[in-house]
Amino acid sequence: MRVLVIEDDKETAQFLQKSLKENGHTADLAGDGESGLSLAEEGAYDVLIVDRMLPRLDGLSVIKTLRTKGNRTPVLILSALGEVDDRVKGLRAGGDDYLTKPYAYSELLARVEALGRRAVPEEQQTRYVVGDLVLDRLSHRVMRGGEQILLQPREYRLLEYLMQHAGQVVTRTMLLEHVWDYHFDPQTNVIDVHISRLRSKIDKSFDKPLLHTVRGAGYTIRDGPV
Amino acid sequence: MTALFERLAKVFSTSAFRLAVMGVALFLVSAAMLAGVLFWQTNKVLTEQVLTVLRAESDVLKTEAASGPSALAAAIGARSRPEGPALYFLADATGAKLAGNLNRVPPELAGNSDGGVFRYKPERGSDAPERLAVAIPVETGNGLRLLIGRDIEDQRQFADTVRNVSLTGFGALSILGLLGGLAISRMILNRMDAINQTSQSIIAGDLSRRIPVDGSNGELDDLARNLNDMLDRIEGLMVSLREVSDNIAHDLKTPLTRLRNSAEAALRDTRGEDAYREGLERTIEKADDLIKTFNSLLLIARLEAAPLEESLEQFDLSRMVEDVSELYIPAAEESGFALAVDVGQGPMVRANRQLIGQVVANLIDNAIKYSQGQGCGSSISVSAGPGRGVEGGAFISVADRGPGISENDRQRVLKRFVRLEESRTKPGTGLGLSLVAAVARLHGGELKLEDNQPGLRVVVVLPERVVVRSEAPRDARVAMAGAK
Repeated sequence: MRVLVIEDDKETAQFLQKSLKENGHTADLAGDGESGLSLAEEGAYDVLIVDRMLPRLDGLSVIKTLRTKGNRTPVLILSALGEVDDRVKGLRAGGDDYLTKPYAYSELLARVEALGRRAVPEEQQTRYVVGDLVLDRLSHRVMRGGEQILLQPREYRLLEYLMQHAGQVVTRTMLLEHVWDYHFDPQTNVIDVHISRLRSKIDKSFDKPLLHTVRGAGYTIRDGPV
Repeated sequence: MTALFERLAKVFSTSAFRLAVMGVALFLVSAAMLAGVLFWQTNKVLTEQVLTVLRAESDVLKTEAASGPSALAAAIGARSRPEGPALYFLADATGAKLAGNLNRVPPELAGNSDGGVFRYKPERGSDAPERLAVAIPVETGNGLRLLIGRDIEDQRQFADTVRNVSLTGFGALSILGLLGGLAISRMILNRMDAINQTSQSIIAGDLSRRIPVDGSNGELDDLARNLNDMLDRIEGLMVSLREVSDNIAHDLKTPLTRLRNSAEAALRDTRGEDAYREGLERTIEKADDLIKTFNSLLLIARLEAAPLEESLEQFDLSRMVEDVSELYIPAAEESGFALAVDVGQGPMVRANRQLIGQVVANLIDNAIKYSQGQGCGSSISVSAGPGRGVEGGAFISVADRGPGISENDRQRVLKRFVRLEESRTKPGTGLGLSLVAAVARLHGGELKLEDNQPGLRVVVVLPERVVVRSEAPRDARVAMAGAK
């Protein structure tokens, strides 16, 4: 995946570049809003990581300019301004996701990968399949190995989101944001318990587990080793 | 003495005094105008009356004059009384007096053919004071000269009295007005001095001073009360700021030290790579906790600083509370709690959904954390709905069966970082309830801690203005009730 990091703090930018490279992505760096904007317009990037506070042209203006010019590259906004209104403003400006500094790199990676995948129009897909687990979005039915699995509505949405990002790491915060639409800190690991209930329904009586915990990052659903 | 002068000068220079002086002056001018007009009019009417009488008499005397000079003289003689308001003077062409009770043509009227005002001495008692009179000449047509007049001394005296009374009255009024102005400005000056003194000692650093309220319930009392409320708030903020900095020492420094220790310990560990990895993981975990505390602190600070117009959303409060509770049900069950959710219908509110969610999350999380291992049913009940008592538009409440919070500690726990357990060993930032309180305040509501007998009931009351009133939800409710 080709990523453009527009971030004025050199250390952060280089850390991101190095880390993304380790995860098999390539990352270009831009140190201010103007050069970031021109790079973003030229290069065909899969994802942009944009810091909110940038010299010359601030992050939100960069995103707004790109959007008015019809550039729809997914944008992850990074910001030290993390609360309440800032997020709303960021998304309103055309950002696709919002991450508050300081963040865990695993969180950023998971979000960048999720955004990169979003470019593919999979929203229209009516069936998700991982191994012998099938989720039918039209009939809202979940089958594993030909057996129907009964899920609570919330468990269904949880599984749907995981399967939509099959093979990718999905963090707890991403689940909280997308399955529950909450952007607040739940204080305890409430998500883990929901996952373990879901796991007991889809994995327990089967040989091969599909829903895996990725230590220090989150969860992933995939057929095969993590 | 100079102090008195200064004080006086200060009183004179107050705007209250200036206003009083202006008021008095304006009043005096208008009163003087009124009195003047009244006086002038009255005088004119009275004079007109006298002249009318004189003219009528002059007509009568003219007919007498037609019968000859001696008849006229006789008539005048008959009319003339030594003491009386009617005055006459009849003389022949040479100027010698023929009849009448005036001795001569008054010098004021000597060359005057229109008549007018003059002074005369009554015939009897020549040492009596001069009196004022008015006279007109009568055309007799036979060379005689006749003046008829009326004594108007009474009118003059009346006018004098009116003038004197007016002047005294105005004098008294101006003095009273000025004194009143002085009194008012002194009063205001005293209150202002009190306010100024208080603000000066506050500027000097004594935040505990308050402006005296004299109980008159006037606008100055309102001002004093408002200023005092403002000072209370400032003092509260200052105190909590001080408390925060004290507690930051503990809540941020302690984990920082632990973080540093674990990094150091890992570095010294002779097991090598595995130990480093473990140590780093521990370090990151500790850093995350620090960040959490830091974020909560920032959030509270922001909530207290600015309203959040942009992020207000309209949503069903009960549904929202039910939703967040649902998120916690599995976690609560794992910890051995039954989470009972009892929500009503609505109301629709306009609020920050995420913050209200955070409130519910914090309250449930607290309930789980602090009533763990209490046995006794171990149930937590969450409820929400429209109104609560008279004051609220909507409420959220979370009640547990834990140890509760004693009456004395209830105010204290709302403050940042305050945790009743002094050692601070349980996980948590100590910011949970103060965040809830900040969110409640931001929405114009309040946070109440009540006794659940046993346990704690935390109630967030949201004000009426947060509730969205519309016809649609009511109809929906009716429809639903019908369906049931």
